[in-house]
Amino acid sequence: MLLQISHLRTVFRRPDGRELAAVDDVSFFVRRGETLGLVGESGSGKSVTALSIVRLVAPPGRVASGRVMLEDVDLFSLDERAMQRVRGRRIGFVFQEPMVALDPVYTIGQQIAETLRVHGLARGAAARTRAIELLDAVRVPDPARRADEYPHQLSGGLRQRAMIALALCAEPTLLIADEPTTALDVTVQAEILDLLCDMRRTFNLSLLLITHDLGVVSEMADRVAVMYAGRIAEIGPVRQVIDAPWHPYTRALLASVPGVHAGARLQTIPGQVPSIADRPAGCAFAPRCPDRFAACDALSPAVIVDDGHEVSCFLHQERRA
Amino acid sequence: MTTPLLDVRNLVKEYRRGGAFARATGVVRAVDDVSFAIEPGEMFGLVGESGSGKTTTGRCVLRLIEPTSGSVRFKDADVLALSSRELRAARRHFQIVFQDPYSSLDPRMRAGAIVEEPLVIHGIGTRAERASRVRELFELVGLERDAAAKYPHEFSGGQRQRIGLARALALEPSFIVADEPVSALDVSVQAQVVNLLLDLQQRLGLTYLFIAHDLRLVQQVCTRVAVMFRGRLVELAPAGALFRDAAHPYTRALLSAVPALTPSAARARVAYDARTFAPLPLREIAAGHWAAV
Repeated sequence: MLLQISHLRTVFRRPDGRELAAVDDVSFFVRRGETLGLVGESGSGKSVTALSIVRLVAPPGRVASGRVMLEDVDLFSLDERAMQRVRGRRIGFVFQEPMVALDPVYTIGQQIAETLRVHGLARGAAARTRAIELLDAVRVPDPARRADEYPHQLSGGLRQRAMIALALCAEPTLLIADEPTTALDVTVQAEILDLLCDMRRTFNLSLLLITHDLGVVSEMADRVAVMYAGRIAEIGPVRQVIDAPWHPYTRALLASVPGVHAGARLQTIPGQVPSIADRPAGCAFAPRCPDRFAACDALSPAVIVDDGHEVSCFLHQERRA
Repeated sequence: MTTPLLDVRNLVKEYRRGGAFARATGVVRAVDDVSFAIEPGEMFGLVGESGSGKTTTGRCVLRLIEPTSGSVRFKDADVLALSSRELRAARRHFQIVFQDPYSSLDPRMRAGAIVEEPLVIHGIGTRAERASRVRELFELVGLERDAAAKYPHEFSGGQRQRIGLARALALEPSFIVADEPVSALDVSVQAQVVNLLLDLQQRLGLTYLFIAHDLRLVQQVCTRVAVMFRGRLVELAPAGALFRDAAHPYTRALLSAVPALTPSAARARVAYDARTFAPLPLREIAAGHWAAV
């Protein structure tokens, strides 16, 4: 197991002092060389989960409890210096908007070379040569020239490639990609997804791919975790979850994707995602669930596991046997 | 064939590249010889990637941007020949809904005032009549009555889009340009707003120019679809035919790039080499199916 997250709980303090859980009792693992897709709608807690793993949750948020093991290292027990070495060196990060992650006042080549220097991997002329090699590896055309350009001089697709090169330059074992293609056109998205697949093979990477796009997950992931209101509703092998979902939320979400049902109208999920301040006492999806019964409003369902497929729903109680 | 509600012919919008400080100057054709006609009651899709000219086309049609040349007929009116006063009066009949419900609503105005504003501008009704019309509009788009007293930031993205829609509908238009109306929304919220657009189409007899980049969505909701690339229409066809028998290599590449829920081994990604692009005119390759090939 490369990454094991157990009972992660991340809370945000409100001005009145109340702490609300954006991520509530989340557990999952990522195997070596595997792609785990983490899907959910806005506010489901998927990005906060990713930030919690690398301890980048900013106040008023904080990780309240839980454990994150990267191989045999307990990340929450490391001091900040050691954690900085983990970030970049062991875990690479790719964000939705590369302009936020890339420094506008340094060239792409300088940023990669600096990262290599910080991690003690190369310096001087060797670092520059390596930076150009990396840009070539992520298929930036004319990499020697592009290395001397600033982020604003690149198109959205090239910028995302440069960020992938930066994330991979220290050869991490895990890449966390948070909506890496959401801001891109569909043809550019296809190229970046192909690139991530290739990089995964070349560097024997594990990939934690955070996205709201079920199509992207379906094409890229080996397993998928579906988050709703801070919890994991369902997790399992991608074809099982997408082709035969167990959780009523997963089912409803898949049905609302355009192109799934015939006829002009789309399938909808009644109501709205509850805000973090007024999540229901029982199952968070119960008020919108077509299959709810009495227990759903009172209790939070336990996780039911069957053959590598986990679901948090009372409907599947019998699978426990 | 009936008389089209909107008839766009040879529309061109040119921009001068660069300003006083630019190294290169020249003229860019954001919209290049675009022609299409929309029948009453249609949901006409216009798709393309960023920079294809789809948004500029939508705005030129409404003269929110002045086109360089071409003609736009709306019912019997020559839109491009209208004086600014005539245009203001004509705007009652065609409205726009924007992509970003966060930035298109004035944050300092209450939702009720935002929806009422077009009525005030056009001097329609007494204060009491307008208040009752606003209530009707809120109901029409599925917003709670007490929503009128709230500010935009108090609403979710989907609700904000409903406010934008209520405002666009205030003057009872017959034609709406919906510019990426659901791209900023989550998939389940997107479904709710799209269904609302379809309901309103039926109940009010609306016609839409639906501008989008999401091909799956366009395939599902539109009657006919036009595909833009580099300012030009490369294909125009009934939605079913376009997705089944795409003729232009760019359309094929675009369709093959969409991630599918059920990936089939047979489906291979088709690349499009933009260097092979030639600005050909559309020709009819099957009944109602036009392609620039």
